[in-house]
Amino acid sequence: MLQTFSKGGVHPPENKFSANKPIENLGLPKQVSIPIAQHIGAPSKPVVKKKDKVKTGDIIAESQGFVSSNIHSSVSGTVSKVGEIIDTTGFKKPAVIIDVEDDEWNDSIDTGSEIIRDCSLSSQEIVDKILQGGIVGMGGATFPSHVKLSVPEGKKIDTLVINGVECEPYLTSDHRVMLERGEEMLVGIKLLKKALGVNHVLIGIEHNKPDAIEHVSHLVSKEENIEVYPLKVKYPQGGEKQLIKALLNREVPSGGLPLDVGVVVHNVGTSLAAYEAVQKNKPLVERVVTVTGKSLSKPSNFLVRIGTPVRDLIEAAGGLPEDTGKVVGGGPMMGKALSSLDVPVVKGTSGILVIPEKDAYRDEEFNCIRCGKCVDVCPMGLEPYLLKQLAQLERYEECEDNAIMDCMECGSCSFTCPARVPLLDYIRLGKTNVNQILRNRKDK
Amino acid sequence: MANNKVLTVSPSPHVFENTSVRKLMYGVVIALLPVLAWSVISFGIGAIIVTLVSVLSCIGFEYLIQKFLLKQNPTVTDGSALVTGLLLAFNVPANLPVGIIIIGALVSIGIGKMSFGGLGTNPFNPALVGRVFLLISFPVQMTSWPTPKGFNTNYVDAQTGATPLGILQESGDTPMTKVMEQVPDYSELFLGQMGGSLGEMSGIALIIGFLLLLYFRVISWHIPVSNVLTVGLFSGILWLADPTQYADPLFHILTGGVLLGAIFMATDYVTSPMTTKAKWIYGVGIGLLTVIIRVFGSYPEGVSFAILIMNALVPILNRYTKPGRFGEEVQYG
Ligand code: SF4
Ligand code: SF4
Repeated sequence: MLQTFSKGGVHPPENKFSANKPIENLGLPKQVSIPIAQHIGAPSKPVVKKKDKVKTGDIIAESQGFVSSNIHSSVSGTVSKVGEIIDTTGFKKPAVIIDVEDDEWNDSIDTGSEIIRDCSLSSQEIVDKILQGGIVGMGGATFPSHVKLSVPEGKKIDTLVINGVECEPYLTSDHRVMLERGEEMLVGIKLLKKALGVNHVLIGIEHNKPDAIEHVSHLVSKEENIEVYPLKVKYPQGGEKQLIKALLNREVPSGGLPLDVGVVVHNVGTSLAAYEAVQKNKPLVERVVTVTGKSLSKPSNFLVRIGTPVRDLIEAAGGLPEDTGKVVGGGPMMGKALSSLDVPVVKGTSGILVIPEKDAYRDEEFNCIRCGKCVDVCPMGLEPYLLKQLAQLERYEECEDNAIMDCMECGSCSFTCPARVPLLDYIRLGKTNVNQILRNRKDK
Repeated sequence: MANNKVLTVSPSPHVFENTSVRKLMYGVVIALLPVLAWSVISFGIGAIIVTLVSVLSCIGFEYLIQKFLLKQNPTVTDGSALVTGLLLAFNVPANLPVGIIIIGALVSIGIGKMSFGGLGTNPFNPALVGRVFLLISFPVQMTSWPTPKGFNTNYVDAQTGATPLGILQESGDTPMTKVMEQVPDYSELFLGQMGGSLGEMSGIALIIGFLLLLYFRVISWHIPVSNVLTVGLFSGILWLADPTQYADPLFHILTGGVLLGAIFMATDYVTSPMTTKAKWIYGVGIGLLTVIIRVFGSYPEGVSFAILIMNALVPILNRYTKPGRFGEEVQYG
C-alpha cells in the first residue's frame, strides 16, 4: 500500500495531457509586464523608471522587509512604463512594463548549460543568494523561499521535504522539471539541505508519474539521506500539511507551520530555481508553465519568461479554441479564472488551463441534502456545510469556533457536493470576515 | 481567432465530481428494484397497485404543493418524491385500500417534507411520517397482511395472515419454542416467504439493494451495519439470558423491517447524521430502540418509531460529534 494522508481527499480525473511533452523554450515576447508584488508579503519597491535600459536579470524592484522578495527583469530592453496592470488575480497591481530588445543578460549571470555541482558557500551565503535571486515558492503560494530557510531561534528542523506531488489535475510542469532538469534540481535540493543544516531529505512524488519516480530515484541512489517516496494519488496531497502527514505521519497543528513539526517543504521547481540562483547567479526570471485543456490542439510545457502575456502561451499551444469558456491560471482545483488573456505569467504560474464552454458553468444548485460528503472529503476535518451556513448567516464567531481558519481552500468540498452548493465561495467569505475580526482583536 | 471572447470568471474549484442529487436519488431507486421485483412476485397485482398509487401521489402532491401553495418552481424531477413514494409503499401491506395510500402520500409529502421547506430541510423521514400516521389512523387496514403466495391477481380480497412479529406479540406466556413453531423458518424469512409489508420480506433482495447503494456510493456502510449489529447483539443478550421468553437474534434481524429500515430508511441523507462518529451512535440507537419497543412495548415492530426518535436527535448528534480536526491527533516532539 502506498502512503498517503489519512483524512479526506478526493480523486478528480487526472487529465495530464501534456505529461509527455518536453519543455519547449517559448522565446521572447515583444513586451513583458512584471508585477512587483509577486509574493506573499510586502510589495517590492521599483528601482527603475521610464526609459531606463535594463538587461535580463537586472534588479527592477527591491525587496521591502523580511517577507518580501526581489524582482528582476526577465528580458533586456527599455522600460516603457512603471504603472499598474491587471494581473492574474483580476486586481490592479503595480508593475514594470518593458519593451523587449535583444536578449542581453546581466554580466554576473552564468548562462551556460554546464551543470555546476560543487558549492563551497556557507549556509548563510546560500540563503543570501536565494534572497538576492528573488526565489519564491513556485507551487503557487509564492512564499519567499529565503524566509523558509531562516529557521527561527528555538525551532529545530530535522527533515527537508521536497514536493514533487503535483496533485492538481492537468498540470505537468513539476513532472517535466523532475524528468528533464533532475540533475540540477538535485543540486538545488542539496543546497537547500545545506542551508537548513538538516541531513534528512524526503522527495514525495505521486504514483501517477512512474517515469519521474524512476528517474529521480536513480539520481539520488548514490546520495545518502535523500529518499524518494512514491505516494498514492490523492488530492490535495501537495498541500504542505497533507504531504508531511503522508511522508512522516506528523500533523502540523492548527494555525501552525511545518517548522512546528521540524519540517521545511520546498517544491521541485523552487529547488531548480535555487540551483540557478546559487550556482549560476541567475535570478528567477523564467519558469516552466503547463498550457493545457481538453480542446487545446497542442497541450505543452513551456519555459517562459516572467511577464509574458498568457495570450502568447495559448497561441504557441495551438491558439484559443472556439469553444473556450474559461481560462484558469493554475490547476482546476485551486487556480484562478482569468478575466483576460493579457495578464502576465508570474512566478507562481504553474499552468494555464483552457476550459471549454460546456464545462465552464456550474450545474444547477440544489438545497443541501445533508449527505455529509463534504465532511467526508475535507482534508482538514472541517464541516464545510456548517461553515457555509454560518458564514451565510454572518455568524462569524461560530465560524471561528468551528475552525474556519484551518480551511486550506482546496475545494474538495465544492468538488464533491452532489447538490452543487458553492461551499468554498461562502467559506472564503467567512474566512475574510473572521480574519478581520482576528486582526481587530490583535490591534486592541 | 477568438480574441475578444468573454471569459467566464468564477472562483475555484473549476471541476466537479460527476455526481448530482438526481443521480443519487436514482441510485436509490435502482437499489430498490430487486425489493420491488420480489414484492410483485410475492403479492402480484396488489404490490403493483400500492406502489404505483404511492409513487404517483407523492410526485403529484409535491408538484401541486410547490406550484400552487408555495409558489416555487417544482423540483419533482430531482427524484426525491419518487424515492419517498417507493419507500412509503414498501412500508405498508399489499392490499391497503387506495384511498388510504393517497392519504399516506399526502401526509408524507405535505407534512413530512414540504411543511418544513422541502428537500433537505425536513427533520423526519417523510415516508415514515406517512407510515406512522397511517398506523395510528387506520390500525386495522395497516395490520391486515396478505400472505405471499406467488403472483396474485386479486387485490382486495387477498387472504390475510399474521406476520412473524405479530405471532410473537400475541403469544403471551406461551414458551418461545412453541411460538417459533408457528413462524416460517429462517430460509423462508430470508427469502421472503412471510406476511408483512411490501418491502420488508426478502432479506436477500434487501441485501442486494444494500450492495447496490454501496456500489453507487450513495451511502456508507456505517448506519446499516451498526444498526443491524445492535439489533442482533441486544436481542442476542436477551435470548441468551432467557431463551424460553425471548426470540433469537436472527429472528429479530430477519423480521419486521429491520433490514429495510437499516438499509433504506435510516440512511436517508436528510434525516441522518453527517459525521462517521454520529452515524455509529445513530445506528446503535435505532437498534437499541427497535428491540426495546418490540420486546417491552405494545407495538409488535419497532423500527419506524426507533428511526423517527433517532431522527429527532440528529441535530444534537451532529453538534456533539465533530469530525477529528487535522492537527489534533498525532502530536510531534
Ligand atoms: S476547501 Fe476548506 S472546507 Fe472545503 S474541503 Fe478544502 S479545507 Fe475543507
Ligand atoms: S456535500 Fe453538499 S449536499 Fe452534501 S452535506 Fe455537504 S453541502 Fe450538503
